[in-house]
Amino acid sequence: MTKNSGTEVARAAGLGKEVEGPAGRLTILHALDLGVKPGEAVAILGASGSGKSTLLGLLAGLDQPSTGEVWLCGQALAGLGEDGRAALRNGRVGFVFQDFQLLPTLTALENVLLPLELGGVRAPEPIARSALGRVGLAERAGHYPRQLSGGEQQRVAIARAFAPSPQILFADEPTGNLDEETGGQVIDLLLGLRNAAGAALVLVTHDPRLAARCDRRLGMRAGRLEPLA
Amino acid sequence: MTAWRLALRLLGRDWRSGELYLLAAALGLTVAAMTAVAAFGDRVESGMQRQGGELIAADLVVDDGYAIPPGFVERARALGLATATTLEFPSVILVGDATQLVQVKAVEAGYPLRGVLRVRSDARGEDAPAPSGPPPGEAWAEARLLPLLGLDDPAGLGAEIALGSTRLRLTQVLTQEPDRGASLIQLAPRLLVNAADIPASGLVTPVSRVRYRLLVAGDPGAVGAFRAWAGVQLPRNAQIIDPEHARPELAGAVAGATRFLRLASLVTLLVAGAAIALASRRLVERQTDAVAVMRCLGAPRHLLTRIFVLRLLALGLGVGLIGAGIGYGAQFGLVALIGDLFAQDLPPPSVAPLFLGLGTGLIALLGFALPPLVQLARVPPLRALRRDLGTPRASVLGSVLAAGLALGLLVWWQAGEAQLAARVLAGVAATLLVLVGAALALIRLAAWVQPRTRGVWRLGLAGLTRRRAAAVLQIAGFGIGVLALLLLAVVRVDLLRAWQAGLPPDAPNRFLINIQPQDLDPLRAFLAGHGLGTPGVLPMIRGRLLRINDHSVDPDAYPDPRAQRLAAREFNLSHAEQPQRDNRVVAGRWWGPGDPADQFSVEEGLARTLGINLGDRLTFWVSGHEVKARVTSLRHVRWDSFNVNFFVVSPPGLLGSEATSHITSLHVPPGAEATMAELQRRFPAVTPLDVDALLGQVRSVMERGAAAVEYVFAFTLVAGLLVMLAGIQATLAQRRGEHAVLRALGARRRDLLAALAVEFTVAGLLAGLLGTACAELTGWMLAGQVFDLDFAFNPSLWALGVLGSAALIGLAGTLASYPLLVRPPLEGLRRGG
Repeated sequence: MTKNSGTEVARAAGLGKEVEGPAGRLTILHALDLGVKPGEAVAILGASGSGKSTLLGLLAGLDQPSTGEVWLCGQALAGLGEDGRAALRNGRVGFVFQDFQLLPTLTALENVLLPLELGGVRAPEPIARSALGRVGLAERAGHYPRQLSGGEQQRVAIARAFAPSPQILFADEPTGNLDEETGGQVIDLLLGLRNAAGAALVLVTHDPRLAARCDRRLGMRAGRLEPLA
Repeated sequence: MTAWRLALRLLGRDWRSGELYLLAAALGLTVAAMTAVAAFGDRVESGMQRQGGELIAADLVVDDGYAIPPGFVERARALGLATATTLEFPSVILVGDATQLVQVKAVEAGYPLRGVLRVRSDARGEDAPAPSGPPPGEAWAEARLLPLLGLDDPAGLGAEIALGSTRLRLTQVLTQEPDRGASLIQLAPRLLVNAADIPASGLVTPVSRVRYRLLVAGDPGAVGAFRAWAGVQLPRNAQIIDPEHARPELAGAVAGATRFLRLASLVTLLVAGAAIALASRRLVERQTDAVAVMRCLGAPRHLLTRIFVLRLLALGLGVGLIGAGIGYGAQFGLVALIGDLFAQDLPPPSVAPLFLGLGTGLIALLGFALPPLVQLARVPPLRALRRDLGTPRASVLGSVLAAGLALGLLVWWQAGEAQLAARVLAGVAATLLVLVGAALALIRLAAWVQPRTRGVWRLGLAGLTRRRAAAVLQIAGFGIGVLALLLLAVVRVDLLRAWQAGLPPDAPNRFLINIQPQDLDPLRAFLAGHGLGTPGVLPMIRGRLLRINDHSVDPDAYPDPRAQRLAAREFNLSHAEQPQRDNRVVAGRWWGPGDPADQFSVEEGLARTLGINLGDRLTFWVSGHEVKARVTSLRHVRWDSFNVNFFVVSPPGLLGSEATSHITSLHVPPGAEATMAELQRRFPAVTPLDVDALLGQVRSVMERGAAAVEYVFAFTLVAGLLVMLAGIQATLAQRRGEHAVLRALGARRRDLLAALAVEFTVAGLLAGLLGTACAELTGWMLAGQVFDLDFAFNPSLWALGVLGSAALIGLAGTLASYPLLVRPPLEGLRRGG
């Protein structure tokens, strides 16, 4: 089951997704193939509703495909239940969301601590503080999300994503809710940390400039994936 | 460890963010109500247990309605046992012109044989143990007797009182009487005197209603030997009482009262449970995103479930402890209201009620809050990417089952028996179904009215009808609170009023009992001479029902408690040529001149209760021999006429020769107190019973009982308010978005406020209508089925229930939602509703 993944940190083969809609069966993804090598940055560009986020969710094991198979960190997701997939993600997969998704009742530091504690890391606090320091928010460790600006919240989310040293990072429109300048800073940080950590990055975005900074660009149109220049 | 650490951290953070306040308030309230009632019961019960063998002031008591044969005392003394005899009877004492009914207890030297009497002789001074009862010539009074006689405490000590024909000096205030508990709630205050003063009083004759008791104490072997001997020699009407047998009656009454209060406090739990369920749902909605992120980050479902359960348990324990502390304090209020009805000088409560309160809180929390919270673990991780996936909902059936199971467990725990628990649960389920059904119908009516209205009315009614489930829950929950409070008002005020209104203005208000044969003619002359008319004076003979046909009457054989009491007690029998005016023969026929004498006429209610039929042969034990006759008629008696009436009457030929005292009832107009004092002086053996004063005492006990129940229901009212707040909070996010859009479209703040006021006032109006209607319906059913009264619907109750509820809920709801209107609309729009 694990052989087909080869050296790729994430791989999809014949990946398809269909959902039941009011007008009958709707195909969102058509038999996609995709491989992501360790340390590689892949950008997926496409219009709203083209299936980008669905693909991201399937690659990360957040949802199950209708057809095809996915391998993540060397392991096939097909035979795994919800909890098996969660255990696989734990400490190996990082996420950055468009709307940051910080827990509003936890401080910046506690948000960064969360994946470390879920992974059972023995002394998580120095790691979390160091991660916050790397995104320039060491001084804001005790602040709650509502006390931070949008850019700062996304930086906390990036610190949270990198703190457990993941093998692969999934980012869903990470600059979608930010202005151009802040978005630029966040992207610098994201790519800089990715280089330093050697993690792979799968980035879903509308932004061609952001995509241009990745190793590989793929376009998503009507559920099909095609390479872009 | 990870689960505990995360659970505690999330709990702490959620607490600081204010998300748990409502859940905590509902839970704390439940625990407080349960702890208060449990601690009260605990104090009363341990107060009784502490008395132990002292409850009967002896190791063994022989109790009889007639003087105990001297052989009993001789035998006890021969066995080396200490003895003391007591006599107890109601009488009226005089101080100047003031008269007061008292419960006299005359005791011999040596009383009490077990336990101690305590007395004091000044108002503030500590009481002190008294080695024995009052010496001859002295009387000791319960503290409440002094003000009733117009005496100050303690300045009134030293006053001379007239007890029958004798004069005694009031010297001490009685603060503790070991065997008082055995007689349960005493309406008349206690007067303790020396038995040596009784013959001179002239109050005790062979036909007087007196309870005689022989107290014995000493070596357990000797007590056992005496019991064996007494068991054989025991006169027919007498009984042997030991501490184990004395207690069940009192323990049963206490258990019954505390069980009732506990079940009443469960209503709080039920209403608070709705608030807990609503608050939990909101918590789930607010935490869905966080859980989705945690799942993305690799948290397995079982870890999340463990975190939620642990977090809930930690919350339950923390809040439960605070609630239990509040309940511990609140029980002092209950004790102040009714504690002294059961026992004097209650010991402090044990810690057991704290655990009971905590346990109740945890069970309620698990039953009402866990089903929605465990759903959180089922949030798909994909929700972090796609908000449109929504929040997983607990199945309605699962939630109802869990809540029902928790409630059933708690009712069974509190009620102590499965059958009562099942009845209570069935009642609760039926009431809920009716309330929810009626609330649903009213909401539908509002939905029909809504399109026909304009402006703020349309907006306000839409707010109510669109969130139908929340509105039904809210209205039903608040309706329960209104029902609970109004029901007490109906029972306490309206039923008493209906009963009093049914009495004619000249209804008898005094009974004269213990009229000796030699006093008959002088008393008639006295009454006529003082303008009090010539009331009928009826003979009264005491007798115990031994057999119905050939079957012995065994109180334990009757399942009905009233039948048990009737079968166990002595009857007052009478004889007459003619039936009384307020009696109506409903079966058989009354005797005429020349008919045989061996006939009984039995009151139909008694006949029904004891299973006596026309033609049955009854055997009574009267003055030491058997009297037998056939039942030849059944009578309907109007007991509420306050005329003297009897369960069983015979022709004069059957009972006319038995030892007889007489009884009468008469109406004494206001201002005739001096005449009554004079009557008491002229006829010291006669005991006048003041019906008004007795009614006043009954009412006072009832009102204190009702106040105690209201005290418990006050928690229910607060729980009702919490349900409302939870309902408002549950819809807060939706309202925020709606208001932001409406204000962006140009709606004025004033209009939105008016729409909110319409929505909540109409909800309050509907809840008030439901609650008041249920309370009146219950009152009407009680009046008709239980008390046989004409029930008048009370307009002021409707005004209070409907308008009060509308005003309260309208105001509270509008105020709670007001902050939504103060915030800039952009904030609501940004949050995406």
